[in-house]
Amino acid sequence: MTSLFEVVSTESSVDTPIRRITVTVNGKQHTLDVEPRLLLAHLIRQGLELTGTHTGCDTTSCGACTVLIDGVPVKSCTMLAVQADGHDVTTVEGLASASELDPIQEGFRDEHGLQCGFCTPGMMLTAKALLDENPNPTEDEVRWALSGNLCRCTGYQNIVKSVLLAAEGLRAKDDVEEDEAS
Amino acid sequence: MYPARFDYAAPQSIEEAVELLGRANGEAKVLAGGQSLVPMMKLRFASPEMLIDINNIPGLAYHSADPDGTYRIGALCRHVDLEKDENLASQQPTMAAAAPLIADPIVRTRGTLVGSLCHSDPQGDWASVMSALGGSIVAQGPNGRRSISCIDFVTGPFQNVLEFDELAVEAVVPAPVGTRAGGYLKLERRVGDFATVGVAVSIEFSGTQVTRAGIGLTGVGASTICAGEAATMLVGQDLNADNIDRVAVLAAEISQPRSDHRGSEAYKRHMVATFVTRILSKLLPTTQKVA
Repeated sequence: MTSLFEVVSTESSVDTPIRRITVTVNGKQHTLDVEPRLLLAHLIRQGLELTGTHTGCDTTSCGACTVLIDGVPVKSCTMLAVQADGHDVTTVEGLASASELDPIQEGFRDEHGLQCGFCTPGMMLTAKALLDENPNPTEDEVRWALSGNLCRCTGYQNIVKSVLLAAEGLRAKDDVEEDEAS
Repeated sequence: MYPARFDYAAPQSIEEAVELLGRANGEAKVLAGGQSLVPMMKLRFASPEMLIDINNIPGLAYHSADPDGTYRIGALCRHVDLEKDENLASQQPTMAAAAPLIADPIVRTRGTLVGSLCHSDPQGDWASVMSALGGSIVAQGPNGRRSISCIDFVTGPFQNVLEFDELAVEAVVPAPVGTRAGGYLKLERRVGDFATVGVAVSIEFSGTQVTRAGIGLTGVGASTICAGEAATMLVGQDLNADNIDRVAVLAAEISQPRSDHRGSEAYKRHMVATFVTRILSKLLPTTQKVA
């Protein structure tokens, strides 16, 4: 068990409320003591040292800090860590396995879906939630789904292409798995 | 950015939440979706001593019609639940038009309709929708429940009539008199921005005759504007290009926009009239559609 008390406060005080939470991040369960005001984004970045989740605007606009809570995209700068108690969190580190990239990551690589890369983790997780629900989205549906994620390199064109390519890749992968199963 | 220090409770029932609210004696805030409250706390515009997180209370994540047509939206119904409900367009066309225009897709996965109403932001979209629909909010306190009309609910920017020991448990839209029609249009500079102008229109028809009508305006006044005066002009009539025009002009007169970085006063008034006309024209019989 790790104490995350120091993430938001260096002085200890008996008045500081602390809550014990259990949260599963990328399949690994953590039991942690947190102050209620600790934001999920900071739990992930400072507490668990998973710095792939970026904090950009810090005001619920840019979507760089997007993670999946039970598969649903959420801006982690706008959710308290205590609210993740008992839930499954997926960050960008949870996409690739040790040996291969996720089809979404392959899509972004092949279509040059990033320039500086700051918005990319949020873009990919939002895309994952979209493709899990809708494996064959139209370009409009992709643009609509990504409209809460900002890219300041003006790279939307390639990001949309990346997601469409990822969708193709995922559908092909599913077909292969179905063939192998039958 | 961190919020100021606060204590946190996650009650398992409405009764427990109400009791905690009472014990906090006005120093607590209710946390539902948190998509407005948490940013305000981070910016230190709000610093409640205690947050009462209602997300663990079972049975509040619903939206459905009673057999008589009364529509209920529970305190944990997220914007996305409404957006993805394919039946909503036929049951609640004004709500169905507004749901995909709230904030952005990720905010919609957390934010709630009831929470938006309680946040009472003068630029909130749901308040004008509910005002057009003649909706109300049900609040539960230590002595039971009471219903508050959405028009009387808000007393000023970010202020409403909820007592400190009351929890808003659901929003209610009354059953339509006849068939329900309507829409919501919003002008925004980009996804996630506040409305430059938002117009909610609700019309109920018996045959071709209007039995009830409501118009709510967002972003064109110090608070949500209920343009009921404009809407009631239509009651008892069949919709036609003339009365649509008159309603649009009157709604624009009732609006109180101010010139700012989102547009001039004249432009915003013009958009109010344009949106009223667009929504109502779609409800005309196909032979007499206007621009």
